[in-house]
Amino acid sequence: MNFAMQLLRSQGVLVVLLLLILFGALRYDHFLGQFNILSFLRYNAMFALIALGMCFVIMTGGIDLSVGSTAAMSSVIAAYVSPYGLLPGLVAGAAAGLAVGVLNAILITRLNILPFIATLAGMLAASGTGLLLAHNESIGVSYDSGFTDIGQGDVLGFPIPAWLAILAYLLGSLALNYLPFGRNVLAVGGGEDAARLMGLPVDRVKFTVYALSGLMAGLAGVQLAAQFGAGQPTEGVGWELFSIASVVVGGTLLTGGVGSVGATLSGVLLLGLVFNILNFENGMGLVSLRAHWQSILRGAFLLIVVIIQSRLALRVRRNA
Amino acid sequence: MIEHVPLLAMEGIDKQFSGVPALVGASLSIDPGEVHALVGQNGAGKSTLIKILTGAYRKDAGMISFTGKSVEFTSPEAAQRGGISTIYQEINLIPFRSVTENIFLGRALKRYGLLNWSKMNEEAEALLRRFDVKIDVRQPLFAYNTAIQQMVSIARAVSFQAKLVIMDEPTSSLADHEVEVLNGVIRQLRGDGFSVVFVSHKLDELYAVCDRVTVMRDGRSVATARMADISKLELVATMLGRDLQTVKREGQTAFHGAGHASDRTLIVAEGLRVGTRVKDASLSVRAGEIAGLAGLLGSGRTEVARLIFGADQPDAGTITFDGKPVAFRQPIDAIAMGVGFCSEDRKVEGIVPDMSVRENLTLAILPRLARSGIIDEARQSEIVDDFVAKLGIKTTGPEQKIRELSGGNQQKVLLARWLCMNPKLLILDEPTRGIDVGGKADIQALIRALADSGLGVLMISSELEEVIEGSDRVFVLRDGRTVAELPRSAVSELAVMTAMAQGEATADGRVG
Amino acid sequence: MAVSDRPTAGAVPAIATELGPWLSRYGTLAALALLILFNLAVTRNFATWQTLNINLTQVATIVIVAVGMTLVIASGGIDLSVGSLMAIAAALAPLIFLNRIVTFPSLYLGVAIAFVVPVLLAGLFGLFNGWLITRYRVQPIVGTLILFIAGRGIAQSFTDSNQVIFSTPEFQFIGLGRFFGIPVQVIIMVVIVVLAAWVLRRTVFGKQILAIGGNEAAARLSGVRVDRIKQLVYAISGLCSGIAGLIVIARNSAADSNLVGLGVELDAIAAVAVGGTLLTGGRASVFATLIGALIIQLVRFTLLANGVPDAAALVVKAGLIILAVWLQRRVAT
Repeated sequence: MNFAMQLLRSQGVLVVLLLLILFGALRYDHFLGQFNILSFLRYNAMFALIALGMCFVIMTGGIDLSVGSTAAMSSVIAAYVSPYGLLPGLVAGAAAGLAVGVLNAILITRLNILPFIATLAGMLAASGTGLLLAHNESIGVSYDSGFTDIGQGDVLGFPIPAWLAILAYLLGSLALNYLPFGRNVLAVGGGEDAARLMGLPVDRVKFTVYALSGLMAGLAGVQLAAQFGAGQPTEGVGWELFSIASVVVGGTLLTGGVGSVGATLSGVLLLGLVFNILNFENGMGLVSLRAHWQSILRGAFLLIVVIIQSRLALRVRRNA
Repeated sequence: MIEHVPLLAMEGIDKQFSGVPALVGASLSIDPGEVHALVGQNGAGKSTLIKILTGAYRKDAGMISFTGKSVEFTSPEAAQRGGISTIYQEINLIPFRSVTENIFLGRALKRYGLLNWSKMNEEAEALLRRFDVKIDVRQPLFAYNTAIQQMVSIARAVSFQAKLVIMDEPTSSLADHEVEVLNGVIRQLRGDGFSVVFVSHKLDELYAVCDRVTVMRDGRSVATARMADISKLELVATMLGRDLQTVKREGQTAFHGAGHASDRTLIVAEGLRVGTRVKDASLSVRAGEIAGLAGLLGSGRTEVARLIFGADQPDAGTITFDGKPVAFRQPIDAIAMGVGFCSEDRKVEGIVPDMSVRENLTLAILPRLARSGIIDEARQSEIVDDFVAKLGIKTTGPEQKIRELSGGNQQKVLLARWLCMNPKLLILDEPTRGIDVGGKADIQALIRALADSGLGVLMISSELEEVIEGSDRVFVLRDGRTVAELPRSAVSELAVMTAMAQGEATADGRVG
Repeated sequence: MAVSDRPTAGAVPAIATELGPWLSRYGTLAALALLILFNLAVTRNFATWQTLNINLTQVATIVIVAVGMTLVIASGGIDLSVGSLMAIAAALAPLIFLNRIVTFPSLYLGVAIAFVVPVLLAGLFGLFNGWLITRYRVQPIVGTLILFIAGRGIAQSFTDSNQVIFSTPEFQFIGLGRFFGIPVQVIIMVVIVVLAAWVLRRTVFGKQILAIGGNEAAARLSGVRVDRIKQLVYAISGLCSGIAGLIVIARNSAADSNLVGLGVELDAIAAVAVGGTLLTGGRASVFATLIGALIIQLVRFTLLANGVPDAAALVVKAGLIILAVWLQRRVAT
């Protein structure tokens, strides 16, 4: 009993995720089928990338609203460069994302503009740039250069996007847990003044996380272009808030200072799975649950997490 | 014979803030392996001196030598690297992070380029074990009580090879038994050859753990003595700038001037308790009197005031207002009964800086100035003009932003905020702090006049003469307990200081 | 005296320092005037009734939402749920006047109820935001993020994610009608702006909002019921969103809960920021927000009218926000 409580507290999202998978496996025929699993992972990989960058930003106590439109802009740029091959397309898209991230970082650390406002501007600028470059249209990618492999290909029977996401999360987890950088990120979010007094490089840490978040959004944009065969300047609306939600559902405090890369991945998968299960439910034809239920369920998950977290925050305040 | 070389010597330190001197030739000398108390009233210059030492401020003049070398640290971080670690009043650690991390942040131990957690955990445990603290260092810091958090601060300081550890009111939020543990750690540090500067207002603790004391007053270091050579009463007298002989003589004479208090008791608080700060506080205020609430810093005065006003909820105790038991759940309940409260910190809890004098002055009365929620601006202006004139508030006009006013005038606006409500009871927490001499006299005269007109005033003040000359009765708090209630005839500097220092009134005053 | 706790970034020429206070007070107004002058000189057919109406119509719903947002920001918060609350009101209203829920004896009764109930519902959801934020001490960004996500789903559930098309002039006059040549939605916008400005200036409620944003501790100690006021502010933001939602569907002759109010939260925040209200609370002007929204709209119009693509306007808008916030920072410190 005690053990179960402990587990639920530390790995709550993971437990809920596993229960949801169990539910799906018992209820639907092809839920654990290869096709469903692989396409689920392929599609959700880009959200996972964005959420990873967002996770680091939020752990410093900041926020990045620009990720959705940065991904859209990067998808356009990657699509334009795609005829030159996989690597140039990948690098171009990633670099475009990084550029937006660096711009945000400069506004925040040099001009001392609130992250919310700075990245709101970053969002508009990226969105406008993407639309300008694409003349408000989808930009088809080249299918001859091998570019689409990065979205549609497999390695060892496993989708490349999923490999990329796994790699990114392994590196992210390593950086968070085993590099001074990761600890500094949490320290800055946990108490910026205390971190300064401890002599930590606060501004450098903040700069890095925004740049990183831009880079992740850029990679997600490359995925978007490669998976759907086109750079899509109008995509990405609302992605920023959904990725914030996955991070928060993963137990990362929006005030900063607490976070987990693994739980963020669980958060992304959990919110993604809500959609997947709704599809299966509709497939059974018993009741028709429309897509709007996914928003409502996602919101409900977020509500529960937020209330649990507010208890935690109160406990900290009482002891401090 | 060994030559006497202090670990730290600060001499002739001057510091001004926009022309106002905060330190005037202040000095401090700490021996190796010594626990040194630094005491003084609010604004005496303790914090400024420490901030100069740790590089948070630059000194205007003077010299600092540490371990025999002349030093000038440019940041707290530089001071930390130089061997001086500070443990601040609000603990400057990161509650969400583990104990180990809080000790090692900024000084990671690595293996193969990666953080070596097992080594860091081991070392953290070992460091804490030196102080008899055996805890799971992998847990987040907030899982432990304040005392343990203090130990972690100290362990961090030690792990940074500090030679001098500065503790700024480390015990202010500790329970009694936790203080014991901390004292043990401090003795241990001394035994290991560390020096400690201990800033505290709790006299018992100073005597329990310190070797010597430096007293500061008005930006100067006015005395340094061995703890064994100075009595508590002498210490308090030095802090307050009183000559003990004079005090004793004057203490015999009763104060003149009749009390105007009526027999009607406005408020009675009994046995108030909250957290570790207020343990057993009782007081009462009558209509038409100024009741003084005295006590050293950290004795729980402000906390008691907040309880009475309903800004905090007591864990135990009763409050009776106008003969009826009351439990104010929030300030507005107290306000509705006719209570006003001018808080100690004007900036943080008093003014709304971006609002005008007019808006600040009428913030509390606003609901009464309105008909169906719409402000009657004519009446509002009338009240504002009236009080600006009556209190002599110096402003370019009612529309001036309050943050542009001087401290004294801001305070008058805040007083007016309550006076315009025609309150029955006014709680004033340090009403003249940070206000120049002229403004001070104005405000004191005003308070007196208010009481004479029938208002009950509860006045908290760190300034002894203000409490003594101003009050019709004085309650003395010590460590969260009311230790004395002195009627007008028994109020004297000696009586008040004795109660503050020793927890009981002398023959001059009645034991409360 | 205001003391800055951070070194100001970069050196600024003396002239900029002197211009600072003037810019902060009249900068946005001057920018608007310059934009108008520029258009008079450059844009063809600018000085027409039609141009004015187009611009005001396009900006009306954003301004209405931004007014609620201004009040929320004045209290030191933020509201991300406004777009979803617009969708909720927008999805519900047609169901009422099309008699899909209950059949009303008269169309006018149905329309009247379709004006009131959806707006009140949006206000209730706003109240929920406020309750969450005050009861659980949740940061406003997170507290309102919940309805940002769930709210649109709730809206979609009313119509089963279907678009509802209608032609009901009795209802649609708020989006299509005119009074003396002025679009009704513009009149609604003006009324709401004036009303909110009046509330901020003349009522106890308004002053208490500003006091909370300016110094919450001081406000509480002065007897302001902080939690109740905050809840009301979020409720008002919900009401404004509801009204804006109704105008949008009236204009479009269709309620598409997937699209109504999409992204409007950021448009509204941008209008507040460009108007010169700091996001830290305590200071706010509804007229400044109106001017902020007009500037954003007019810049977009100017660029479009002169052949610059719409997308470029987004980039310019980003620059405007940063410039406005940066200028305010300089003046404040």
